[in-house]
Amino acid sequence: MPTVSMAQALNTALRDALRDDERVLIFGEDVGPLGGVFRITDGLTRDFGEQRCFDTPLAESGIVGLAVGLAMGGFRPVVEMQFDAFAYPAFEQIASHVAKLRNRTRGRLALPMVIRVPYGGGVGGVEHHCDSSEAYYAHTPGLKVVTPATPEDAYWLLRDAVADPDPVVFLEPKKLYWSKAEAGLERRAAAPFGRAVVRRPGRDATLVAYGPAVLVAMEAATAAAEDGLDLEVVDLRTIVPFDDETVVASVRRTGRCVVVQEAQGFAGVGAEIAARVQERCFHSLAAPVLRVAGFDVPYPPPKLEHAHLPGVDRVLDAVERLQFGDRPDVRHLSRGAA
Amino acid sequence: MSAKTVRGLLPSSAPIRFVDESGSAVKAPAKYAAPPDELLRAAYRWMVVGRRFDTQATALTKQGRLAVYPSSRGQEACQVAGVLALREQDWLFPTYRDSVALVARGLDPVEVLTLLRGDWHCGYDPAAVRVAPQCTPLATQVLHATGMAEAMRRKGEDGVAMAFVGDGGTSEGDFHEALNFAAVFKAPVVFFVQNNQYAISVPLARQSAAPALAYKGVGYGVRSEQVDGNDLVAVLSVLRAAVEHARGGRGPFLVEAHTYRMDAHTNADDAGRYRDDEEVRRWSAADPVRRLETYLRGRGLLTGEDVEAAGVRAESFAADLRARMNADTEADLLEIFDHVYAEPTPQLREQRELLRAELNAQES
Ligand SMILES: Cc1ncc(C[n+]2csc(CCOP(=O)(O)OP(=O)(O)O)c2C)c(N)n1
Ligand SMILES: [Mg+2]
Repeated sequence: MPTVSMAQALNTALRDALRDDERVLIFGEDVGPLGGVFRITDGLTRDFGEQRCFDTPLAESGIVGLAVGLAMGGFRPVVEMQFDAFAYPAFEQIASHVAKLRNRTRGRLALPMVIRVPYGGGVGGVEHHCDSSEAYYAHTPGLKVVTPATPEDAYWLLRDAVADPDPVVFLEPKKLYWSKAEAGLERRAAAPFGRAVVRRPGRDATLVAYGPAVLVAMEAATAAAEDGLDLEVVDLRTIVPFDDETVVASVRRTGRCVVVQEAQGFAGVGAEIAARVQERCFHSLAAPVLRVAGFDVPYPPPKLEHAHLPGVDRVLDAVERLQFGDRPDVRHLSRGAA
Repeated sequence: MSAKTVRGLLPSSAPIRFVDESGSAVKAPAKYAAPPDELLRAAYRWMVVGRRFDTQATALTKQGRLAVYPSSRGQEACQVAGVLALREQDWLFPTYRDSVALVARGLDPVEVLTLLRGDWHCGYDPAAVRVAPQCTPLATQVLHATGMAEAMRRKGEDGVAMAFVGDGGTSEGDFHEALNFAAVFKAPVVFFVQNNQYAISVPLARQSAAPALAYKGVGYGVRSEQVDGNDLVAVLSVLRAAVEHARGGRGPFLVEAHTYRMDAHTNADDAGRYRDDEEVRRWSAADPVRRLETYLRGRGLLTGEDVEAAGVRAESFAADLRARMNADTEADLLEIFDHVYAEPTPQLREQRELLRAELNAQES
């Protein structure tokens, strides 16, 4: 299998979608000759022409509104919002139209379209460039919300999103754009869309994460293993639809659960996960479900962001609070440097 | 609306010019008065400082002292004229690209660069200097300027608000809403469009099919004008007329300045992907600093000694900035909790304690 970055995997997915379905159109700000500010659309205008991948004037509400009309007219728009916070001008189109058109028309009008949004922090970005905006979308019925954590998932989730009959908000963790991994992009190993995956099996507790937090959860599990604690990591992949089955099966097995998210915690996706787990796994739980999240503050400036972002230590602190009374050996997990 | 009213709103068919590229005076319409000589001399000095500030900030970015820097090299006539057209009681609503304007407004350059250095978001006290925080979500500040102008009007003050916005920003809905609101309320606001020909990689031709961006005002009933943005004399003259128009209770005014972004969008951008060097070379012939210098020298308003003194002053400004920016600052990580609300919520208090405990544990 080739080793690719998530950015390359996304680029290949868009390329293959353009090749396989002539209804697919890619547009947004700077996605044409420049290839997008993150180069996710690199070379697409050159290889598929202006008609298939093009720059629009600078207006996010315009981009999404235009996509609604194009989708109604039979195209499959895949639009790019340049950064998380710059999708907000499009929110009316997304919440009032993209999410609702199928329902309003009793299923007569569908909106197969994808809204790609680079999101999250950890890259030293200045204000308005680092928001974790997934809760706004996940809270809006009618939208599917996806966020990959590996290059291979990025490829297949995006292919599935483009083929999906419903609108998909596709959240790309900026921090993981340049992370590389072996990826099977030729033949599909599994169907990731709508299915969570156990990234790392373990017996003692389940860490549930998505997007950029998956990496943190994996590192925490590795660190905990050195202290003899075997943590399972579940990567949601799609926030909506939510895979209760995989999450519940894991927590019933381990009996303990920590939810990890980069976004601010209050009223976030992690709260939904924690509620669902305790509703379904109450009798299997040996400890309360805990959340590790960003603080409830506007995303901090570059020099302060590390204090905000939940890292390995905060995950291990939470794991330590999982009432391992029967396991005195795991009381004092060692800590890496901050 | 009568045909005469429409004509009164329309911009000139070509950008207003007082000085051509060679630095020679050309005839400008009588309705725009040439700015006073002393103001032109001050403008020159600020442009020299502004350019030096800009190259210094770019250098600091290369050294890793700034997270990012959007240069305004080539746009100094706009940056400086925009500020010199205002009085102390007026408000400025700048974008991320307008750091040089803030320097010309007299702000501490280190406070200006706080945002890009990554210490905090806004480094200065907006009310003290009557400058809103530099705005990144495009065109949103244009509505804020309109609201501030409306506030000053309602309070019977004679202040004016000026919003800076880019060519790309004029495509956003907020820009259009601001123009409409301002015209309906007759708010004393000046919309200053710095058309530097690009929105990141997207050239003007892909941004708008309007005859000129200045025409965007007319449909809303906003008096509009276009100007050669590399001619300081013209930009300052037209902006002074626009500010006077707004201050006189005659409603908003839109000015489009045709200029050019000499550098890439930011240090992180690769302009070679979407424009050729030949175009950049053509525009360097229109350099606003050299043009003003030639013009002022030709009129005997500037001597070789003045030019030298301006350069020396700019160098010491840059040296001072360098020294202060190279000093490491100690960030207070707990500050992230301090300004979310007037009083922190109980949850924020808890979270602050959590972080404090973490930091203490790290220290011990
Ligand atoms: C609402 C919004 N969308 C997208 C962006 C990302 N962005 C930052 S600057 C820029 C180009 C702006 O071009 P223009 O208005 O011409 O101003 P310039 O940068 O040329 O000064 C873009 C697309 C943003 N800051 N805000
Ligand atoms: Mg521009």
